Amino acid sequence: MLSIEQELRTFIIDNFLFGDKNGFANSDSFLEKGIIDSTGMLELVTFVQQRHGITIEDEELIPDNLDSIERLSTFIQRKLAIAA
Amino acid sequence: MCGIAGILNFREQAADRQLVEDMIDAVRHRGPDARGIYRDRNVALGHARLSIIDLAGGQQPMQNADHSLCITFNGEIFNYVELRHELVQKGYRFSTQSDTEVILHLYEEYGEDCVRFMNGQWALAIWNANQQQLFLSRDRLGIRPLFYTRTDDAFLFGSEIKSLLACPDVRRGIDLDALDEIFTFWFALPPRTIFDGISALPPAHSMRVKGGEIDVWRYWALEFPTYTSSDSQNVACEDEWAEQLLDLLTDATRIRLRSDVPVGAYLSGGLDSSVVTALAKQVSNTHLKTFSVAFEDREFDESSYQREVTRFLGTEHQEIRCTYDDLARIFPEVIKHTETPILRTAPAPLFMLSKLVHSNGYKVVLTGEGSDEMLGGYDIFKEAKIRRFLATQPDSQIRPLLLKKLYPYLQNLQAQSGAYLKEFFRVSVDDTVSPFFSHLPRWGLTSKLKLFFSDAVKAELESRNGYKDLESRLPVDFSQWDQFCQAQYLEAMYLLPNYILSSQGDRVAMAHSVEVRLPFLDYRVAEFAARIPSRLKMKVLNEKYILKRCARALIPPSVARRPKQPYRAPDGKAFFAGQPFDYVEELLSADSIQRGGIFNPLAVQKLCEKFKTGRAIGIKDNMALVGILSTQLVLHHFVYNSVRTPLYAFN
Repeated sequence: MLSIEQELRTFIIDNFLFGDKNGFANSDSFLEKGIIDSTGMLELVTFVQQRHGITIEDEELIPDNLDSIERLSTFIQRKLAIAA
Repeated sequence: MCGIAGILNFREQAADRQLVEDMIDAVRHRGPDARGIYRDRNVALGHARLSIIDLAGGQQPMQNADHSLCITFNGEIFNYVELRHELVQKGYRFSTQSDTEVILHLYEEYGEDCVRFMNGQWALAIWNANQQQLFLSRDRLGIRPLFYTRTDDAFLFGSEIKSLLACPDVRRGIDLDALDEIFTFWFALPPRTIFDGISALPPAHSMRVKGGEIDVWRYWALEFPTYTSSDSQNVACEDEWAEQLLDLLTDATRIRLRSDVPVGAYLSGGLDSSVVTALAKQVSNTHLKTFSVAFEDREFDESSYQREVTRFLGTEHQEIRCTYDDLARIFPEVIKHTETPILRTAPAPLFMLSKLVHSNGYKVVLTGEGSDEMLGGYDIFKEAKIRRFLATQPDSQIRPLLLKKLYPYLQNLQAQSGAYLKEFFRVSVDDTVSPFFSHLPRWGLTSKLKLFFSDAVKAELESRNGYKDLESRLPVDFSQWDQFCQAQYLEAMYLLPNYILSSQGDRVAMAHSVEVRLPFLDYRVAEFAARIPSRLKMKVLNEKYILKRCARALIPPSVARRPKQPYRAPDGKAFFAGQPFDYVEELLSADSIQRGGIFNPLAVQKLCEKFKTGRAIGIKDNMALVGILSTQLVLHHFVYNSVRTPLYAFN
């Protein structure tokens, strides 16, 4: 079974990098690397909510939670732990 | 309005009449009413005529009395009545009522400076037999197109690139630098075109070809006031600016109604076309027919405003409804006319609109194009103002919310949190000193599409920097203009002629033999608008403030008050909305992409999957899809095949 990080990585590479994974690390900032724009944010949030059955509140939509695979993975795990 | 083409052999070899006929036949859609060929030893000029002025006497190519000059001309000289009067005073005799003959005499009187006296839209060539030289020129703002190339033995020109490709000696290849520019700026920087070795004569330029030598020069420039010039200190009151602007616009519209066939008007439902239609109605006080596009998708539809304007002005109105299916179906034909990759589908509905005009028996329409550039209507101007405002307080949580006010029609942006809006529109110190400050977000976003280029193309373009090329072309006093004027210049001098007036203008209108006339692009209006203080063009964030002020009594109050909605059309979604079109599947297949060599097959496949599953919702994905598909169509239509292949080769 894929880890949350692996799953996110596949999603990002398929949907935002269109297969070009060269030099893309799990700690890279989506904003600094220009990987995600305003639409990409919605795509990403929709994917995470549907995949993990969680709701991300407006005040949680901040770069600290969402701006890299590592940060997002940590955030999802925290949300899942609370839900459990 | 017409199509022109010609050849000048550098050696004494006789010009090939059949070739010029082929070149003209390639653009017969521009002028189906008559065809004319002139040949004199090593030169041949061709003309496809759309008869508008002096229906009986204006045949072309046209020679002067002693046959020393011959002209082939596409366009209209709107002040030809006044110029003719002046030339008669000087002793010139006329045998026709046409504006073409006026240009011939004007050239006899003033030589190559003749274009400085002309107010209009043109692409023309004059053969001077005495001097054995060919003079070519294009109007100030780039309304009419003119392309050229040279082979070892000859110079060739034409209204469209397909005329040049009718010559077997002209090679068909893609210019990768142009491709890079299109996937940055939305257009290739002229004289470059997407075709290697084929050039566009830039707007406001003339050229001379003599003995194998080609000279190109600029004869006009749009100049904005510098901080220290008297214009920038101009304290004329708002009323005076508004009054003068209205006077000029009224006259610009009046002379654009000169025609021996009926003139109609396009109506978008917005401010600009409503003003032009109202002025036309006021000046001519006759029956006026208007045309518009309505969209099936309500996100893009403005038909309720269009109907309101027609009721208010009492015009006879016709609209055409554009569906996703229509858009995808006609797209290959549209690209056959744009002759360049495009990143939006916006030209396609306008292609349908010109067909509607043509089927109603009309050849000429007025449009409101050019107002946004000259009078400060575009969101990009407003966005730049807001970004400058953000840059002064980068940590403000409140200021980024202004961006939501800016784009009420962009649902994805509306859904963003303040924290992310701030990041998306963050302005770096380098950005604030860039001459391209206003355009950096657009160009940065578009450049992301290069992700789809193949490895070979990426490697080829690795060291290329389109910004530097563009920067080297800016006027010497550009840095002395206020930032609003700088942004206006970039839109008016680059996006306007190289995309708006071509792919969305001349090319899709002339596809159905329809001539567009644009009062906002009368050069007197453009020069006057450049002098209007920026604070009156956009008052705080109220776009085209001065135009709204002078248009108050002309148009319905609701149209004057409505927030600007840019003209948009459904993009990538149109191609995947219903049953997939064969040509889309074929051109985006891994084999076709591999064959073209421009894009990465895997990346294109993933993009298509995203569209098929309905996950592609953003501007970037949409631009990528349209850009890739249109590039593949350019290859298919012009590089792999003769221009005479069936229009729907894949259907």
